[in-house]
Amino acid sequence: MYTIKSYVFPESLEEADELLHRDCRNNAVLGGCCWLKLGRRRIRWAIDLTRLGLDQIEVKDGFLELGACITLRQLETHPAVTARFDGLLGESVSHIVGVPFRNCATVGGSVFSRFGFSDLTCALLALDASVVLYRGGEVPLAEFMASPIAFDDILLKVRIKDDGRRAAYQSVRRSATDFPTLAVAVSCLDGRWKVSVGARPGRAVQAEEAARCLNDGRGPEAAGVAAGAELTFGTDLRAGADYRKKLAAVLVRRAAQTCIERENKG
Amino acid sequence: MKVKITVNGMLYNKHIPNDMMLLEFLRKYGYVSVKRGCDTSNCGLCTVWVEGKPVLSCSYPAARADGKNVTTLEGVKDEAASFGRYMTAQGVEQCGYCSPGFIMAALAMRRELTNPTEEEVAHYLAGNLCRCSGYAGQTRALRAWLHDKPWEKEGQV
Ligand SMILES: Cc1cc2nc3c(=O)[nH]c(=O)nc-3n(C[C@H](O)[C@H](O)[C@H](O)COP(=O)(O)OP(=O)(O)OC[C@H]3O[C@@H](n4cnc5c(N)ncnc54)[C@H](O)[C@@H]3O)c2cc1C
Ligand code: FES
Ligand code: FES
Repeated sequence: MYTIKSYVFPESLEEADELLHRDCRNNAVLGGCCWLKLGRRRIRWAIDLTRLGLDQIEVKDGFLELGACITLRQLETHPAVTARFDGLLGESVSHIVGVPFRNCATVGGSVFSRFGFSDLTCALLALDASVVLYRGGEVPLAEFMASPIAFDDILLKVRIKDDGRRAAYQSVRRSATDFPTLAVAVSCLDGRWKVSVGARPGRAVQAEEAARCLNDGRGPEAAGVAAGAELTFGTDLRAGADYRKKLAAVLVRRAAQTCIERENKG
Repeated sequence: MKVKITVNGMLYNKHIPNDMMLLEFLRKYGYVSVKRGCDTSNCGLCTVWVEGKPVLSCSYPAARADGKNVTTLEGVKDEAASFGRYMTAQGVEQCGYCSPGFIMAALAMRRELTNPTEEEVAHYLAGNLCRCSGYAGQTRALRAWLHDKPWEKEGQV
């Protein structure tokens, strides 16, 4: 459990940033606190963002924008999110612990942390999302995912082009609410595909070769095999690397098939 | 820090430690229906409502509840007792430690979902663990309760 010396609700983003930068190592931005509280950080200034209007879901200038303080549950229930991308975002988080948990955990905490097991970052990668940081500005999620975590910026929102792409999600879990053993998201727009694979158990990455297979019409089966071959997989207590590789082939195939069926249904 | 938290309609104007969790705040002021289980956001035993939404009080900073309405099982005790009778009829409880969190989640579910399917019910309540039972009794109790809708006759919201 963490300890907190001063708990603040900053009144502006400038103030939040200023507080964080007084001492990035010892100050912390609070998301839903579900993960943060499990650690033993001795927090000097705990910066609560919940009064800064970052809890908005907006469709603006051709983008779906998700504020950092949006909860995972809102991704499952908000019509602007559920009506887009075949409900991919809601579906991706729907197995995370339970509803009371998902009413706490946030988009900001989930994306900023770049967990290897993250269902949400896997889904967002397949949508080619970007993150908006207070200092760093807008950064493609793929680039953000590949960068090391420095607790020196504030994630303000996630932006996704509202381009009507079709999408599908697949994950395997050892029990209903466990962390994913492997997660896969795919999306397709005008015959151009994106495939991402997470919980490898490393961070989610895009499977470029698998996407090329689908772009070239070689089909879901070939895409699955390509994803298994091009990515690296590791072993942890949930599964071995070989099993994950085989799983990736199956889940990419299934997700791509689902996406094609959705496309055909219109 | 200073907070004003309303619990079951009663306002608490208190100084609290900055790192206090809502669970600790509620138990300190006598809401002992709120149970600490895993304390790691896994089990759902500590479920209460903040502004009508079920949350895990073990992971919800008490400071964040400043200015908010919190509901515990004590605040919905008639409806909880009514649902509890369905649980008793099905022999759901063994140690009973998971019941307050489970009931708070179930009552939130019936406010949120209209005529949920059995699959939707199981999905909604998946985060409320019970280590004694195999969930069969809970499933039967929920089925009967959702079928009878006693809250309509008993005038609950
Ligand atoms: C028991 C348990 C099971 C889980 N299972 C899964 C699972 O199956 N799948 C899955 O995908 N995820 C899972 N998670 C992770 C969860 O979904 C959240 O991603 C996690 O709790 C972090 O979100 P949070 O809002 O609670 O952030 P916090 O715990 O508050 O913060 C996490 C980190 O992010 C920083 N942070 C928070 N918000 C911001 C911001 N806006 N800008 C900059 N930094 C920020 C904090 O300083 C902290 O370092 C699980 C977590 C727990 C505790
Ligand atoms: S005690 Fe809060 S989730 Fe277990
Ligand atoms: S009855 Fe014992 S944990 Fe549920």
